[in-house]
Amino acid sequence: MVPVKYMLLIYSNPESWASLSAEQREGLTTAHETLARELTEQGLLVSAAGLADPITTRTVQVRDDTTTTTDGPYAEAKEHLAGFYLVECDDIDQAIGYAARMPDAEYVAVEVRPVMDASGLEM
Amino acid sequence: MSEFDLLLREQAPQVLSALVRHYGHFDLAEEAVQEALLAATQQWPSEGVPDNPRGWLIRVGSRRLTDLLRSESARRRREENAAHLAAPEEFVASGPEIDDPGGRDDTLTLLFLCCHPALSPASQIALTLRAVGGLTTAQIAAAFLVPEATMAQRISRAKRSIKQAGSSFEMPPEAERDERMGAVLHVLYLIFNEGYTASSGTSLHSAELTTEAIRLVRGVRKLLPDDGEVAGLLALMLLTDARRPARTGAEGSLIPLAEQDRSKWNKATIVEGEALVTDALSRSQLGPYQVQAAIAAVHDTAEHADDTDWRQIVALYDVLEQLVDNPMVKLNHAVAVAMAVGPKEGLAVLEPLEADDRMNHRLEAVRAHLLEMSGDTAAARESYLLAARRTTSVPERNYLQSKADRLA
Repeated sequence: MVPVKYMLLIYSNPESWASLSAEQREGLTTAHETLARELTEQGLLVSAAGLADPITTRTVQVRDDTTTTTDGPYAEAKEHLAGFYLVECDDIDQAIGYAARMPDAEYVAVEVRPVMDASGLEM
Repeated sequence: MSEFDLLLREQAPQVLSALVRHYGHFDLAEEAVQEALLAATQQWPSEGVPDNPRGWLIRVGSRRLTDLLRSESARRRREENAAHLAAPEEFVASGPEIDDPGGRDDTLTLLFLCCHPALSPASQIALTLRAVGGLTTAQIAAAFLVPEATMAQRISRAKRSIKQAGSSFEMPPEAERDERMGAVLHVLYLIFNEGYTASSGTSLHSAELTTEAIRLVRGVRKLLPDDGEVAGLLALMLLTDARRPARTGAEGSLIPLAEQDRSKWNKATIVEGEALVTDALSRSQLGPYQVQAAIAAVHDTAEHADDTDWRQIVALYDVLEQLVDNPMVKLNHAVAVAMAVGPKEGLAVLEPLEADDRMNHRLEAVRAHLLEMSGDTAAARESYLLAARRTTSVPERNYLQSKADRLA
């Protein structure tokens, strides 16, 4: 099969982050640096970024042509999106393998989701 | 593709082969050829195409390669310390002018190298398009919707993997030839498919991949005119590509085969494809590409969807299933049985596929279609909706959703 793009969505929560030791936080940084370097060298990395703390989020809603913004995330959940990788993989198992190497998967969770594309086969 | 681009791309594998035969160092030679092609696109439009374009490209490429080898050997000497300072400049002995290989065509050898089993399919595709197809990294990256830097990394890594595998620029041994040929044809098929499945408008660059794949297979066929599977693959591509003008509607929506305006199909392409597959089937060893092409020919030669000879198609799928173990083949087989015999019989063919973990949303889409044929609209609607949620293709999702809506 031709490679498919997968989005790896990294979840975190304030408690899990606060409870990390300095050593663990350093380990987290190192693990992401190593993974990003490896994915880049293999020509699989499309994009990746860490996101600022949810406290900095502004949620935008348009109702009846009126735009309102509120502070904080839209979803009322303990967990928040902390970062993402967009990678090209041969299959979902390869993407799961990368997700499993992120310490975030150990602390909270990493979601693996296929990205939609514009190609299709008539039936 | 302009005539000028075509001229350059046709020269690309010839120039690369000449350089690799003379100097070795496939990885750097490939780099040098890209730079020679770039120099040509910059100089030829204003200065005119040289009398001997290939000779010009070989000369410029070999000059560039000499530079690359010189800096490579300098780098190595630095790494290996002063001990080897006096080492002879092994790489840069300029020697006589490189011969134009003339009648010799090393394109196949090059294809075998680019489709080396040490590489992932994605890398095989990228390297084939660059080294054999003469496409730039930017063009390949655009076709696959990834950043140019990502594609550049993928290509250099592919070249490194080939080097590490210790592969040389030679035809694979006779014993491996069939298997390696299978890999080459598969890569060309994937390139075609990537272009064909792109819906118009949304992914402009991809459509060019079908043209490129057909051009490459034509090249292979010139070298192996008696290979039935090469002919079969070319026929399959032509018979599929002939339907391209009719397969998408407004904004890239998908039009199913049965509803396509057949007057839009490319008749000349169909005639060529049909002749190719008929000839191959009559004189070569049977193979999966020939059978798939034969199935495509049955569809393409039916004046109306209702005239389709479904019994013939069922018989061909029976043959194809003996040759390959592919879930998509089984699904299409079920559709053919439903059309030839009836939806109940088609659904029965689907049943054992439930347990096949290689199945994707298409199983559900086919089931939906067969349920609709059988008159079970409620179940059909459920299946269309489920298939629509499972697909990762925007046009397929829209198509499946609209089918579900119509049954509401």
